[in-house]
Amino acid sequence: MSQHADLASNTAVNETISSLKKDSIVAEAWKRFKKNRLAMVGGMILCLLVLTAVFAPLISPYDPYSSVKNQTGMLNVMAPPSGEHWLGTDSLGRDILSRLIYGGRISLSVALVAVAISTGIGVLLGLLAGYYGKWVDAVIMRVTDIVICFPVLFLVISVSTMLTPSIYNVMIIIGLVSWTTMTRLVRGEVLRIREMEYVEAVRALGQNNLVIVFKHVLPNIMAPITVQATLQTAEAILTESALSFLGVGVQQPIPSWGNMLQDATSIMVLQFKPWIWAPPGIAILLTILSINLVGDGLRDALDPKTKN
Amino acid sequence: MSDNLLEIKELSTGFFTEDGFLPALDKVSLTLKKGETLGVVGESGSGKSLTSLSVMNLIPTPGKAVGGEILFKGKNLLQLGEEQMRAIRGNEISMIFQEPMTSLNPVYSVGEQIMEVLRLHQQLDKKVARAKTIDMLRLVGIPSPEKRVDDYPHQLSGGMRQRVMIAMALSCQPDLLIADEPTTALDVTTQAQILDLMLDLKERLQTSILLITHDLGVIAEAADHVAVMYAGKVVEYAEVKRFFREPLHPYSQGLMNSIPTLEQTRERLQVIRGVVPTLQQMPKGCRFCTRCDEKQTLCEEEAPPLIGYQGSQVSCWKYTERWEPSPR
Repeated sequence: MSQHADLASNTAVNETISSLKKDSIVAEAWKRFKKNRLAMVGGMILCLLVLTAVFAPLISPYDPYSSVKNQTGMLNVMAPPSGEHWLGTDSLGRDILSRLIYGGRISLSVALVAVAISTGIGVLLGLLAGYYGKWVDAVIMRVTDIVICFPVLFLVISVSTMLTPSIYNVMIIIGLVSWTTMTRLVRGEVLRIREMEYVEAVRALGQNNLVIVFKHVLPNIMAPITVQATLQTAEAILTESALSFLGVGVQQPIPSWGNMLQDATSIMVLQFKPWIWAPPGIAILLTILSINLVGDGLRDALDPKTKN
Repeated sequence: MSDNLLEIKELSTGFFTEDGFLPALDKVSLTLKKGETLGVVGESGSGKSLTSLSVMNLIPTPGKAVGGEILFKGKNLLQLGEEQMRAIRGNEISMIFQEPMTSLNPVYSVGEQIMEVLRLHQQLDKKVARAKTIDMLRLVGIPSPEKRVDDYPHQLSGGMRQRVMIAMALSCQPDLLIADEPTTALDVTTQAQILDLMLDLKERLQTSILLITHDLGVIAEAADHVAVMYAGKVVEYAEVKRFFREPLHPYSQGLMNSIPTLEQTRERLQVIRGVVPTLQQMPKGCRFCTRCDEKQTLCEEEAPPLIGYQGSQVSCWKYTERWEPSPR
C-alpha cells in the first residue's frame, strides 16, 4: 500500500520535474490561463468572432452592400427575421446578418490597428521616460498629462470632421489619443525593472543602454503590456462604435457595428423593429465582454505574484 | 611597471542632493596586486559597495566621483568615456552581485545570458559562444551543463544561480573580479562552496578579486589583504593574518570583539555602542570618534591620516606621536 503511494508520489515528483524543465514562461502562463473557465469562454467567443471576421466572404449569405428585392420587385426593407434573412433586413433592404459579419471585420480591424498604434507610441514613450528619467521623463510625462486632459470624444469628432472620415482616419485618430494609459503603465513598470539587479548586472557586463532597454527591460514588462493592450482593444471597439454611430467614423455603405446602430435613432425602429439594432448591439456587448474576460485571465496568468 | 593591478588613490565620491553635496567616500585609497584577493569589510553604509561601483563607473545618480584616481593597469578609469568604459566592463573587470535570485534576467535562459557577454566582447558566433558557455558552466561546477544551458533562472537554486553569475562574470577572463557580498544571500554550506569555487577559479584563470563583504569569516577564508572601511573611509589596511592576530584600529578591534566565540559563554553579545553617523552629521575630526572608547580631544578636532604602522596602514591618532598616553 505504502509502496504504491510512494510510487505514485514519485511519478508525481518526476512529472513536476520534467514539466518544470520543459515549460517556458509562455507555456506556464498558458497552463494557468487554461484553468480560468471564464477567460476560456471569453477566448472561445473571441476566436469565433475573429474567425467570422476573417472568413466573412465565405460565411455571409448575401452581399452586404446590395439591397434585396422581393418577389414583387420592391426593395425588401426592414423585413423581420425569416428563413431567407435570418436577422431580417435594414432600412435599405440589405441583409443584416451579412452586414453584421462584415461589420465585425471592420470594427475589429479598426480596433486592432488603433491599438497597435497606441501601444507602439505608449510603449516607446514609456520606455524612454522610465529608463532615461530626468528631463526626458519630465517632458514625456507632462505631454501625457496634457493629452489625458483632452476630452477624447470631442477631440476625435472634431478632428474626424476636419479630415475626411474614413476607416483609416478613424484608426489613426483613435490610436493617437489612447496611448496615455500605456505610457504611464510602461513607465511605472520600467522604473521598477530598472532597479532590478539583473539590469545592473548587464550594465556591469558592459552592455549599452539601448540594448538593455529593448532586450532586458522590455521583455520583462510584456505581461502588463499584453493585458493593457487587450483591454484597450475593447475600448477602441467602443470608441469606433460611438464615432460610427454619430456618423463621423466609418461611413456608409461600409458596414460597422457602430453605423449599423444609426437606424436606431428613429423611435419607430427602436420600438418596433428590434432586429435592426439588437444584433450589432449584442455583437458589441459580446466582443467587449469576451475581450475583457480574456484580459483579466491574461492578467492572472501572466502576473508572477499569482504563480501557483 | 608595478605589479599593482588596481590602485585607488584618494578617491572621493559623493552625492549631489538637495541638501548639498554629501561626501560618501572620503579619500579612499586601496591597492590590489595581481593575482591577489583584497577583502573590503565594513558595516552597511560604510561605502564598500560604492567603492566597487566607482571602479565600474556605475555610481547611481546623483552620485559622482569628485576626486582622486582609479588606476587599472595604469589607466585612470575615471577619465575614460562611457564607450571605453563599456569595453572594459565585463571584459577586463567583471562584477558579481549579492542577490543571485534577482541578478539573472528571468526571461532568458542562463545560456543565452552568458552567451550575450561572450558575443558582446569577443564577437563569437553563436555556435562557438554556446560551446564556450557550456565549458564555463562546467568550470563553475554545474552538473550536466549541456542540459542546464537551456534552463531558465527560476529552475535553478540560489547556489546554482550564483555559479551561473560567476560563469558569466568570468566568461571573458577578466583581470579583476569584483564580488559584492557574493555569499551573503546563500546558506552556509553553499557559501563555503561558492567561496572555494571563486578561489579555485582565481588560481586557474589568474584573476584578482576585490571581495566586498561584511562577514569577517569570509575575509579570513578568502582574502590576502583586508581593508576595513568605516563611514566612507579606509580605517585600516593590513595583511590578513596580521589583521586577525592584532587589529590596530579601535573599530577593527570592536568588530573582532563582537564575534561570538565558542569558548566563552557570554550573556550578551558584545557590540560597538552607537550607530554610524549619517552623512549629514559627520563629525569634523575622526569619523569614528562618536563611538570610540579611547577618544581624545585631538580625535574630535582633526581627522587622522592613514599612516604606515608595522607594515599595516591605520587611520588612528593612537599610533602617532601626537597621541597623549593615558594617565593610568
